[in-house]
Amino acid sequence: MSAARKKLRVATTSLAGCFGCHMSLLDIDERLVELLEYIELDASPLTDKKHVGPCDLGIVEGGLCNAENVHVLREFRKHCKILVAFGACAVNGGLPAQRNHLDIRDCLQTVYLTGLGVERGFIPNDPELPLPLAQVHPLHDVVKIDYFLPGCPPSAEAIWQFLTDLVAGRTPQLGHGLIHYD
Amino acid sequence: MSDERKTFTLDGQDVEFTEGQTILQAALASGTYVPSLCYHPEFRPHGSCKVCTVKVNGRTTASCTTPATAGDTVELATDDLKDLRKNLVQFLFTEGNHFCPSCEQSGNCQLQAVGYELGVVSGHYNPLFPSRPVDASHPDVLLELNRCILCELCVRASALVDRKHVFSLSGRGITKHLVVNAESGRLADTNLSVEDKAMSVCPVGVILRKRRGFRVPIGERTFDTHTASEIALAGARGPTEDGAP
Ligand code: SF4
Ligand code: SF4
Ligand code: FES
Repeated sequence: MSAARKKLRVATTSLAGCFGCHMSLLDIDERLVELLEYIELDASPLTDKKHVGPCDLGIVEGGLCNAENVHVLREFRKHCKILVAFGACAVNGGLPAQRNHLDIRDCLQTVYLTGLGVERGFIPNDPELPLPLAQVHPLHDVVKIDYFLPGCPPSAEAIWQFLTDLVAGRTPQLGHGLIHYD
Repeated sequence: MSDERKTFTLDGQDVEFTEGQTILQAALASGTYVPSLCYHPEFRPHGSCKVCTVKVNGRTTASCTTPATAGDTVELATDDLKDLRKNLVQFLFTEGNHFCPSCEQSGNCQLQAVGYELGVVSGHYNPLFPSRPVDASHPDVLLELNRCILCELCVRASALVDRKHVFSLSGRGITKHLVVNAESGRLADTNLSVEDKAMSVCPVGVILRKRRGFRVPIGERTFDTHTASEIALAGARGPTEDGAP
């Protein structure tokens, strides 16, 4: 890796995820300092920049559970040369997708109206709230995804391997032990 | 009987075999891993998952059902066949509901382990998210049908070893599914018991002992510490203690 090379511009986001994948990214620990010699961050929960600009790499955690998720994903696809599905939920919908065989109306009614311990409940309908999708989708249902990094979350080692491969201009290869679905 | 060594070639290497061995058995015995899902060393091969597909003299066939024949030319690890196997595994992932992070079988699952072995990082296809209710009626056993890959190992074990015929497959094509032998359709109304062979053969996380799911922590399970090939090659020399895999 040559430090003189132009830094890769990287954006990250969490859609229908739990931020666990982002936490795992931080788990690469002091190597973050080394990584910052090769990348610079654009929009990301870590920078608080809200809208993604032209980037070399977009890292997307979480699947698609509402209309806003789809909007943000499309924005990422438009601006990022390489787009990565980061973690189990981005790859196959993950835990949120386990509602997919249920009717969304029944889900909302149970959670906000009839569920155990709910009193004077109502289904939130503020226009600011993004509308939920009938089913949760993995990212590749909606846009082209260039790389998949599975795991709940992907381990720090897998993330490091993936990023160092990309920074060095290699096709990322996760060997055995780094591919995990759990 | 002649003493002559019988061999076929596997990706150019001579592989010795004994009469009656399948290509898959001969390959495993010679130390070459062949990915498989519906094959189990204790049962007659079923030939349904096709993950063990090879080319014999240029023709595509399941190696678990094809008898080894002297002089045959067998291809196993070509790019085409690797892609084919990967696609088959991806079909299985996207046809069912496989959420490994919340699955009791994660780390002990053949489908997952074969996925790791083949470098599968996504389902690739658009997932179908089928609706398959869980049968929790039995006091000791959970039937998590979302993960069934229709390998018929439980069907074979229940019929041939337990002599109970608890399980069967019903329907065709994409609607094919596992059913149990009770008029109510509930597992509780069958004579399945936890000692049955059918309890220990499922390669994925369908037939589960209740209250046991996380006895061994994630990270310390069979395929967390071993590859599918290591286990399959050990199995070729004799099945492991717990009957898996
Ligand atoms: S059965 Fe295997 S592949 Fe399916 S969810 Fe469980 S661990 Fe994952
Ligand atoms: S329940 Fe398990 S053993 Fe039975 S057919 Fe399905 S995957 Fe195979
Ligand atoms: S292992 Fe041969 S077809 Fe399944």
